[in-house]
Amino acid sequence: MAATADTIERTSEPPRLRVAARLRELSLYREILMNLVRKELKVKYTASVLGAVWSILNPVVFLGVFTLVFSVVLDNGIPSFPIFLLSGLLAWNLFSVSLTQAARSVIDNSNLVKKVYFPREILPLSSIGVALVDFVLQSLVLVVFMVAIGYDFHASSLVLLPLAFVAILAFTVAMSFLVSALNVRYRDVQHLLTLGLLVWFWMTPIVYSAWLVQDRAEGHAFLGIDLFDFYLVNPMAGIVSGFQRALYGVVRPEGAGSPVLLDVSVGWLALLLTLIAALSVFLLWLTWRTFFRLSGDFAEEL
Amino acid sequence: MGLPAIEVDGISKKFRLYRERPTSLKARLISSRTSAEDFWALHDVAFTMERGTSLGLIGHNGSGKTTLLKVIAGILRPTSGTVRTRGRIAALLELGAGFHPDLTGRENVYLNASFLGLSRKHTTRAYDDIVAFAELEDFMDNQVKFYSSGMLVRLGFAVAVHVDPDILLIDEVLAVGDEGFQARCLDRVRQFQRDGRTIVLVTHALDTVREICDRAVMLHHGRIHAAGAPDEVVRELRYVLLRRDPAFIPEEGTREVEIASVELIREDGSTDRPVRPGEALTIQTDVKANEAVDDLDVSFAVYDWRNHPVCDGSTTRSGAVMDRFEGKKRVRFALRSVPVEAGKYWVTVGLSSRDSGRLYHVQTQRYWFEVQQQEAGRARVAVPIEVDVEDL
Repeated sequence: MAATADTIERTSEPPRLRVAARLRELSLYREILMNLVRKELKVKYTASVLGAVWSILNPVVFLGVFTLVFSVVLDNGIPSFPIFLLSGLLAWNLFSVSLTQAARSVIDNSNLVKKVYFPREILPLSSIGVALVDFVLQSLVLVVFMVAIGYDFHASSLVLLPLAFVAILAFTVAMSFLVSALNVRYRDVQHLLTLGLLVWFWMTPIVYSAWLVQDRAEGHAFLGIDLFDFYLVNPMAGIVSGFQRALYGVVRPEGAGSPVLLDVSVGWLALLLTLIAALSVFLLWLTWRTFFRLSGDFAEEL
Repeated sequence: MGLPAIEVDGISKKFRLYRERPTSLKARLISSRTSAEDFWALHDVAFTMERGTSLGLIGHNGSGKTTLLKVIAGILRPTSGTVRTRGRIAALLELGAGFHPDLTGRENVYLNASFLGLSRKHTTRAYDDIVAFAELEDFMDNQVKFYSSGMLVRLGFAVAVHVDPDILLIDEVLAVGDEGFQARCLDRVRQFQRDGRTIVLVTHALDTVREICDRAVMLHHGRIHAAGAPDEVVRELRYVLLRRDPAFIPEEGTREVEIASVELIREDGSTDRPVRPGEALTIQTDVKANEAVDDLDVSFAVYDWRNHPVCDGSTTRSGAVMDRFEGKKRVRFALRSVPVEAGKYWVTVGLSSRDSGRLYHVQTQRYWFEVQQQEAGRARVAVPIEVDVEDL
């Protein structure tokens, strides 16, 4: 085997994260990751009659409730509201489900952590993997739905999709490393996270129009900085806007009195997403280092 | 030979023992540092293992064996010191790690195997072998929650013995199961040895260590108490355990007749001082028959520190046949002279049936005596010499 001659040295010092070497090690253990994701998916859906249908049912119910509330009861005037909602909601779900599961991942697998050596990053990564499978399934349903009703895809804005995806992935991994590592020592984290994600959800333009915020903030400034820029400090706001622009496609759809999406150019949004992705990668490096340093003590803390 | 497979260099491991582990932020902030106590599970442990050798790690419960294994495996980080390992490690700390009750036997095999470092391809190749080894051909597509505990153990074990590492760390796990099972396990360990793998074996089965390990290390309260040839280290452990907890030494038997007490009486009537080389020694055994027996045979055997038998004897062989009796009897074996070689000697006393070979009660190497170093210049062996003087 390839690793035979390698000397592994372990000391009392928390090792420094060497990204390339760690990535190599992670790839050696990728089968554990695959198997954990497979296990989670199987466990989630065995012994249930509908199986994977449940993962699609979840956004469908969300869709029903929010459409009823926001299109019928409180008419927000957004045309094709289901597509607007889902294009943002699916991305949000990927983020929030990943984080919630990742926070518990090390604790829930304490038996493995105490008895088996493997790079601990695999645990939060497997939580993300499970959420990713749901995300892909749900996105497929959305795309099929859009094709079925003959919704127009806008090729020019569709290019934002891979960029938004890279950004959300980097940001999700970064945040997952942080919450899963901290939650081992402070179980408060998972409770805090539930509340935090609720606030975060409404801070992100998922069920309401981002333009509304842009419009209200127009002309206001704080400390000489545009108020709307503060809103965009939330990376999820930019990321969700990216997904919406890519799929919902039009800023001001026909039949809408005012714009629905951020009233910016595709290029501006692409720049924003690139910036978010770059910062997320930097954040990932920081949280990964934290995770790596703390993970040596997981077996003891549990 | 090349570089050693495992180098353990001055490893110490400190655990903080909390009366109740503060796992919330509030508790962390409020609780003072004094509620935690330090516990040193390992203290300056060092040894080196060449590639392809086998080491037995022994010691009483809580001596730090498993902690050391976990440090070598990389599960725990040492508080100080360095561990260097060369080669792929598989740590068998638990059978069936990662088994999930809702998955089928087949799925669990793949999951568990990946935790032990087996690739999917390798697992597929070994799959039929694993199933055959576990003797679960008909159940692999059932969820393991429907398995009996015996089936689970067999499955976990079957995967474990198919691992393919350079370094194998085995904790007590393989001591589960019936004797046939354990025999198969030992066969596998020998196979691993023939394949040139490096093995660290943590076990309470001292005979196993003597049988298969090249070397043994005895941990005592986290320190290396003895290291070297398995026979000597096992002896040392027996000695330490004996003083700590006499009940440890295995006893077996049906107990229709019991060993009530055993005393090793020196020439002057004392029972605890070292014996001079060549001195006489009496093994006085009180037996108690709880029900009437008519075929009791009392026997003893003395072993040296290498576990080699030195001498033995029995009432039947000596012609001291006991008739049917119930209640107590005292049997004395008088050894005319103890061995002259200095060191510790261990005594096994057994009660059995003359005719049926039934074991009533055996205490294996529970008693011991020590022979003093003899004065320099004296003969090593007391050869009986007849002296004859004749006129010429």
